[in-house]
Amino acid sequence: MVKKNYILVCGGSACEASKSDAIYESLKKALYERGLADDVQVVKTGCFGFCEKGPIVKVLPEEAFYVEVKPEDAEEIVQETIIKGRLVERLQYKDKNAKSTGDKFDVEKIGFYQKQLRIVLRNCGFIDPENIDEYIARHGYQALEKALTEIGRDGVIEELKTSGLRGRGGAGFPTWIKWNTTKGVEAPQKYVVCNADEGDPGAYMDRSTLEGDPHSVLEAMTIAGYTIGATKGIIYIRAEYPLAIRRLEVAMKQSREYGLLGENILGTDFSFDIEIRLGAGAFVCGEETALLRSIEGNRGMPTPKPPFPAVEGLWHCPTLINNVETYANIPVIIMKGGAWFKTIGTEKSPGTKVFALTGKINNSGLVEVPMGTTLREIVYEIGGGIRNGKAFKAVQTGGPSGGVITSENLDTGIDFDALAKIGSMMGSGGMIVMSEEDCIVDVVKFYMEFCVDESCGKCSPCRIGTRKLLNYLTKISKGNGTMEDLKKMEEIGYAMRKGAPCGLGQTAANPVLSTRRDFKDEYIQHVVDKKCIAGKCTSLVRFEIDPAKCIGCTLCARRCPAGAVSGEKKQAHKIDQAKCVKCGECFRGCKFGAISKF
Amino acid sequence: MAKMTLESLRALRESRQQGIERRETDGKEIHVIIGMGTCGIAAGSKKVLEAFINEIDAKKIENVIVKQTGCMGLCYVEPTVEVKAPGMPDTIYGKVDADVAKKILYDHILNGKLVSDHIYQRPAADNVVKG
Repeated sequence: MVKKNYILVCGGSACEASKSDAIYESLKKALYERGLADDVQVVKTGCFGFCEKGPIVKVLPEEAFYVEVKPEDAEEIVQETIIKGRLVERLQYKDKNAKSTGDKFDVEKIGFYQKQLRIVLRNCGFIDPENIDEYIARHGYQALEKALTEIGRDGVIEELKTSGLRGRGGAGFPTWIKWNTTKGVEAPQKYVVCNADEGDPGAYMDRSTLEGDPHSVLEAMTIAGYTIGATKGIIYIRAEYPLAIRRLEVAMKQSREYGLLGENILGTDFSFDIEIRLGAGAFVCGEETALLRSIEGNRGMPTPKPPFPAVEGLWHCPTLINNVETYANIPVIIMKGGAWFKTIGTEKSPGTKVFALTGKINNSGLVEVPMGTTLREIVYEIGGGIRNGKAFKAVQTGGPSGGVITSENLDTGIDFDALAKIGSMMGSGGMIVMSEEDCIVDVVKFYMEFCVDESCGKCSPCRIGTRKLLNYLTKISKGNGTMEDLKKMEEIGYAMRKGAPCGLGQTAANPVLSTRRDFKDEYIQHVVDKKCIAGKCTSLVRFEIDPAKCIGCTLCARRCPAGAVSGEKKQAHKIDQAKCVKCGECFRGCKFGAISKF
Repeated sequence: MAKMTLESLRALRESRQQGIERRETDGKEIHVIIGMGTCGIAAGSKKVLEAFINEIDAKKIENVIVKQTGCMGLCYVEPTVEVKAPGMPDTIYGKVDADVAKKILYDHILNGKLVSDHIYQRPAADNVVKG
């Protein structure tokens, strides 16, 4: 039997802590007393991601959205909304910016739901990526149609120029300039390349886009081919993305069958086809010149610019190279017009940005927000706040080339320029949230290890600089650092920024430089006080057993993987510091609070 | 399928769009859509897909269509499954395993009851640009 109404009660941990269980019970009781138990089902749901205003109750199909609900409100919700079909206005979420919604159930006007806006991810999670018909049903290949039959090559450039779209790969270069330059060069052969070599740790926006909506990228590349006058497209994708590769292959096969790729597309005289090249997973191959060298079959090392790829790229032919997310924006821009796109986001950075939200956050996942959305909105309202109620420390953006954003800048609207201004960068969109349990030195050390591994070795500022920085960081994390080392690190960092020829080397020191500025004290604690408050730098941590509190239960000795704890049953135990590997198992296991961490 | 011209592409799009609308109003079909991005598969969505298909076959349930899609963005509660059934709100279930899949089939699809503790919200359901 189908129910008349459904009441959803948030059962996320934050809402449960504020008595959502009792609300659930009171609602059931109120319904039972009115004989509605069979007509209305009360269910517990996962986190709504809006923990700030919890507990949250939603009534379907009316879409009534109630916040900060108390158990005693259950009666009123049942009486008013279920029986009379009216809103309980006092419980309704009121957005500061929204106009009064009157007595209409108008969830679309709620600010919270407007925080995300899906342009790039418009089809992800909606359509079957292996079925071209579903893409077509959602206006797929309509932009290609429009480009071929209505607006023409100049029209496409014009729309892109109006839209103000900037490259989503990281640097934010205006897309239309790239397209226009490549279009303007006379050459017998030109190429369209898609950079799907997503390498930042913690970033998976491009992978998800290709897995969820491969046709959007194929369509955009075809439009690009038509616009600049190329007949060949290449997608450079990491071999570590097997599912994305398979979906792309399926999509390309279907497009060819439909005549949307290949000779005489849609019966016109325009021909274009795409092939896939697999990358071996070198981070530097995300840099466009290194990527092109890798496609040519050479070792993936950057080459100096100019000449820019737009003039002299793949096999010395003019090459248009854009990132996956940039391409995924293009069909929508062509269809709805550049002017429409320009209204979204900020003045200098129109549109949306997809972020892969990971780290110490409750709701990790893919989010797409208009540019200008603040970090606070992303972390607390979309991400549901910090896991286990810990304090926010910083957000790392831009991967190994980026920096950290501290709580001071939580209210900065995110766009290309604002992030650069506060010493970080947009990067490709990885966003790693750190809590008080993370140690800055440890995190920066991780990124530096990554850069040491991934530096191609061609130039000395990067090859030697990253190694030197890692050595200093290791020294500091072991408690042997000096103030002189801190100064040296900054000097090396600035030298790398000036001396390295490619993006990787120029930005590899960014995590060091940005944290040296924003977390000065934490470095000094490591160097002067020899302390790591977060307890991540194991050399600086020491565990000891208080003989007065230890009852000799032997639990710690059993948990210790290194055999460092000794002692007789019912006698106080002792930790052998020389054997201790600082894993903290004894500390977490002790039920008597006898072990302390220094 | 033969190569398409502009006209045949437009015709296909139109027929498909009408198909989608008819599906929504007529409502004879129930759609089970499983998130099969890398995140979903890593979390076990293939087992969920199998559980749905086996159970539907075993019980000879008709009018249920099992489909796949990409990442919905709710990576923290993968595997995710969306159920669209007539007369019921479109629902997204998270943290689904084979047992929960059976529960969804019996409670939600056959008996019109939502499955508690596994319902999640689609991110920004109302703010998807439809082109």
